[in-house]
Amino acid sequence: MKKLLKGFINYFFLLHELVKRGITLKYRRSYLGIAWSLLEPLLTMIVLTIIFGQLLGHGGKEYPVYVLSGRLLYSFFSQGTTNALKSIRSNAPMIKKVYIPKYLYPLSGVLFNYIIFLISLIVLAAVSIVLGIHPTLYLLQVFVPLIVLFLLTFGLGMILATVGVYFRDMEYLWGVATMLIMYSSAIFYYPEQILSSGNSWILRYNPLFGVIMNFRSAIFGQPMDLFYTFYSLGFSVAALIIGVYLFYKKQDGFILHI
Amino acid sequence: MGKQMLNVEHVSMKFCLSRERVDTLKEYVLKKLKGEIRYNEFWALRDVSFTADKGDRVGILGLNGAGKSTLLKVVAGVFKPTEGTVTRRGKIVPLLELGAGFEIQYTGAENIYLYGSMLGYSKPFIREKYDEIVAFSELEDFIDVPVKNYSSGMKSRLGFSIATAVCPEILILDEVLSVGDAKFRKKSEKKIIDMFEKEVTVLFVSHNVEEVLRICNKAVLLDHGRVLASGNVQEVADIYMEMTGEK
Repeated sequence: MKKLLKGFINYFFLLHELVKRGITLKYRRSYLGIAWSLLEPLLTMIVLTIIFGQLLGHGGKEYPVYVLSGRLLYSFFSQGTTNALKSIRSNAPMIKKVYIPKYLYPLSGVLFNYIIFLISLIVLAAVSIVLGIHPTLYLLQVFVPLIVLFLLTFGLGMILATVGVYFRDMEYLWGVATMLIMYSSAIFYYPEQILSSGNSWILRYNPLFGVIMNFRSAIFGQPMDLFYTFYSLGFSVAALIIGVYLFYKKQDGFILHI
Repeated sequence: MGKQMLNVEHVSMKFCLSRERVDTLKEYVLKKLKGEIRYNEFWALRDVSFTADKGDRVGILGLNGAGKSTLLKVVAGVFKPTEGTVTRRGKIVPLLELGAGFEIQYTGAENIYLYGSMLGYSKPFIREKYDEIVAFSELEDFIDVPVKNYSSGMKSRLGFSIATAVCPEILILDEVLSVGDAKFRKKSEKKIIDMFEKEVTVLFVSHNVEEVLRICNKAVLLDHGRVLASGNVQEVADIYMEMTGEK
C-alpha cells in the first residue's frame, strides 16, 4: 500500500501531463478551443428540445434541463469508456519504449474526459438558472452520482482496455453497445411509461440510468432513489474490481499484442 | 570493484508467435473451437545471467536475431521476462529508438514536458533544464512547431537531448551513436563519453566490434538467446570475431 502510494506520487506529474495532453489535443486547431465543451452540449440541448420537446410534446421549462443533464452524463460515459478502450493501442509507441505503469493510460483517458465533463456542467447551471430551476438542499446529493459515474466509467474502461488489446473488434462492438446504453438511459424521454410496463428491467438494471436519474433528482430537488443508488454503486464497484484485476493480470502481455 | 548496479538472473523471454494472426473475436472463437490455434513458441532469451558494477561498460555482441535488443528492453523494463529477474539500482535512461514515442501533434516544447515526465523527470527539473535541452538539440527555431513537421533527424536530436538531460546511473545504448548529422554526432558522442567519466554503468549494443572494444570493459556474447561467453571484453570479442569469420 505504501509502495503503491509512493508510486502514485512519483507518477502524478506524468498523469498530469497525460491528462493535459488529452484536453489540449481534443480542442487543438479549433477556433473556439475549450469553449466547445460548453457550446456543444448547449447546441445539442437546443436541437433535442426542438425535436423532442416541441414536436413530440415534451413541453415545460424543465425539459431542456432534463435532456441536457442526461446528455452530459451519457456523453462523458461514452467518451470516457471509448477512450480507455483505445488507450493501450493508441499509446503503443510509448509503451514499447519506456516503462511506465500501464494503468495510467486508461486512467488519464477517463480523467481528462471527466474534467471536460465537469467544466461543461457550467452550461447546466446556467440553463437551470435562466429557466428558473433553483438549487435546493438536495443539490448536495449530486456528489453521489458524480462519484459513482466516475467509478463506473473507469471500471468498465479498465475491462475494455484489457479486452481491446486482444480484440480490435471491441472498438466497433462497444460503439454499438454505447448506442444501446444511450437508448436505455432515458436521456430524451421520460421513463415513467416504460418503468410501469413489463419492460421496466431495461431501464432499472442499466447502472447509467440509475446514475442519471439520481443526478436529475438532485437538480430538481427530490430525494435520491435508494435502489438506483445502491444498484449503480454496487455495479460500479464490481466493474472496478474486475477491471483492475483483469488489467493487472494481463498487462505484462499487452506489449506482445500491440 | 564498485557497487553492483545491475543484476540479470536467469532471464528467459518467450514470445508466442501465432502462425496466422488472429485479430478478430470471430476468428478466435472459431479457431479455438476447432482447435486450430497453434503457437510457435520462440525463446528470444534463454537463461541469460550477467551482472554489472558501478562504472562497468558492458558490450552486448551477437548476430542479428540473437536477442540483443530484447535483452535491452528487458533491462529497461519494457518487457517483463517470462522467467528470471532483473534487479536495477538507480536511474535508468534507455536510448532506444530515439524519436519514437513523441506525440506528433504536440510541439517540440510540449513534447519536452511530456516525454520528460515519461522518463520520470519532475516538473521543476524539466523547467530548469528546458533551455539546456533546447540548446543542445539546436531546435530553437522549431521548438513551437508540431513534431509531425519534424524530420527524423530533428526528432532523434530532440529525443537524445531530453533523454540525456539527466545523468543516469545506468545508460542503455542501442547503436544510437549515429544521431543526426556529423556535427551533432560528435556532440552527442562527447556527451556520452562525459557520462562515462562519471562512472555510469553502460549497456551497449553494437555490431561494430571495434567500437565495443574501444568503449567497453566487459562483454556478453549472445547466440540464439543464450549466453555464449561473457567476461573480459577482449576475450569475448575474440570469440565473436571467430564466429563471424573476421579472424
